[in-house]
Amino acid sequence: MVKKRLLLFFAKDTISTPIVHDLIKEFDLLINIFRAKITPEEEGYLAIDLKGEEESIKKAVIHMTKNGVQVNENFKGVQWEKDHCTACGNCIPHCPTKALYIKDVVTQEVDFDGGLCIGCLSCIANCPFGACSSIF
Amino acid sequence: MKTYEEINAKIESKKAVVLNAEEVIDYVDKKGLEAAAKEVDVVTTATFGPMCSSGCFLNFGHSKPKMRITEGWIDDVLVYSGVAAVDIFLGATQLRHNDPANMYYPGEFRFGGGHVMEKLVAGEKCQLFGLSYGTDDYPRREIRTWFTIDDLNQAIMVNPRNCYQNYNIAINCSDKPIYTYLGHLKPGLKNLTYCSAGQLSPLLNDPLYETIGVGTSIWLAGAKGLVYAEGTQHASKCDRGVNDVPTEGAGTLGLTGDMKKMTPEFVRGVSLKGYGISLAVGVGIPIPILNADILHRTTVRDRDIVAPVIDYAHDYGERTGKVISTLNYEQLKAGEVTVLGRKVEVGSLSSYTKALKIANLLKDEITRGEFLLSKPSQRLPLNQGMKTLEIRKR
Ligand code: SF4
Ligand code: SF4
Repeated sequence: MVKKRLLLFFAKDTISTPIVHDLIKEFDLLINIFRAKITPEEEGYLAIDLKGEEESIKKAVIHMTKNGVQVNENFKGVQWEKDHCTACGNCIPHCPTKALYIKDVVTQEVDFDGGLCIGCLSCIANCPFGACSSIF
Repeated sequence: MKTYEEINAKIESKKAVVLNAEEVIDYVDKKGLEAAAKEVDVVTTATFGPMCSSGCFLNFGHSKPKMRITEGWIDDVLVYSGVAAVDIFLGATQLRHNDPANMYYPGEFRFGGGHVMEKLVAGEKCQLFGLSYGTDDYPRREIRTWFTIDDLNQAIMVNPRNCYQNYNIAINCSDKPIYTYLGHLKPGLKNLTYCSAGQLSPLLNDPLYETIGVGTSIWLAGAKGLVYAEGTQHASKCDRGVNDVPTEGAGTLGLTGDMKKMTPEFVRGVSLKGYGISLAVGVGIPIPILNADILHRTTVRDRDIVAPVIDYAHDYGERTGKVISTLNYEQLKAGEVTVLGRKVEVGSLSSYTKALKIANLLKDEITRGEFLLSKPSQRLPLNQGMKTLEIRKR
């Protein structure tokens, strides 16, 4: 069993595809949805955890792509703009997973590890410079 | 012993030895103080952090027909127009018109004066809306127009207070979250915020104001600026530790510079949730190494600079003067500290990364012979206290 976190994007014409149903029924995956959103333009975002056999997850990703769903394995919905970040460090104690972290104790440089981000949005409220944003 | 003239002559002939306030520490350790003092000409210091006491004077030039602006807004941010006809003052903390502030607590404070300043320096278009009662010589009564900084005659930044010598570390001992100018502090001492560039900070490297004074040339967000006065709340009469380094707020500087020559990276609007708007500006200040004593003071290390931990849920607001404990900047930069026996996560509002970048940019300018030092015309007050405001019946 492996766990994979994905961000799915549904364009307007794919929004009614019953993708989650397929993931469970056809690929025998355990699904945990932690964020979902439909925009006024009728586009959809879904942040999910998939749990199951590695092979099934691979097949599921192919299935989703075939059905017009954009699957993003790196971007979890929260964006950190490096050029906009001043490395002030105000977000650091507010990020529960250390996705935002001090890369170098000497220079106090800040970096972002998207793989650790759970999309709690705490950095968005706590970044004084607007360097963090989210699609949710 | 060196003089300003000798150092400037070396800078002009591109032979000056310049180090930033971080690298000078090891350099002096290795070379020895006396030998290093002969070699090193300038040490560059810097800081980048929010400073609410900021703003700018803008001159718009005259419309046709002319107008004496008596009320004005830039991008819906109220400006002060109680000066000459087309001069205005824009303050960094001014909120945009209709901002709900803390009505829906904690407010977001997305846009205000600091952001307008950021837009101006970035060369973006802004909207001016002005009203007037109209006079015989200034007949126009209303104006709405779009402009960039290039359309203005002058855009002069003023920071009546900047470069705080040292600063409080804010913590929250209460059981509710609080929102302060030092950020969002979780209840029960979960996190704290400090705000200083520590060993790179200008006035921590010149704790007795021996070289930084009124008239000192500075690097202000990429432009050549100057120290025009002691900063507001300059309180040099304070507790001092190793090397006379203050262990609390202490001295401040009043700075000014030409916004038209500034770099957008170093002029940034600040939104502090639940608190308000501010402006972060990058400042670099060169310290001439006139003698070994001055050099010695620039070798101050993070671990030798301590700051007071203060409860912003109670003691700060109520002015009790209570200090919970003290921490040094080396401890703070490690990311986790212990206060009252509890593990506390560290946040900051001052960027050491940017400060280091600025110290190096200034170092490069001096090395290339493009930035000369100036001898201050006045020393900053050395033994000055700070008054409080008494509430009187009459
Ligand atoms: S959204 Fe949450 S987990 Fe992700 S970077 Fe921001 S604070 Fe960290
Ligand atoms: S609070 Fe914003 S600007 Fe500061 S380090 Fe975090 S992401 Fe960067």
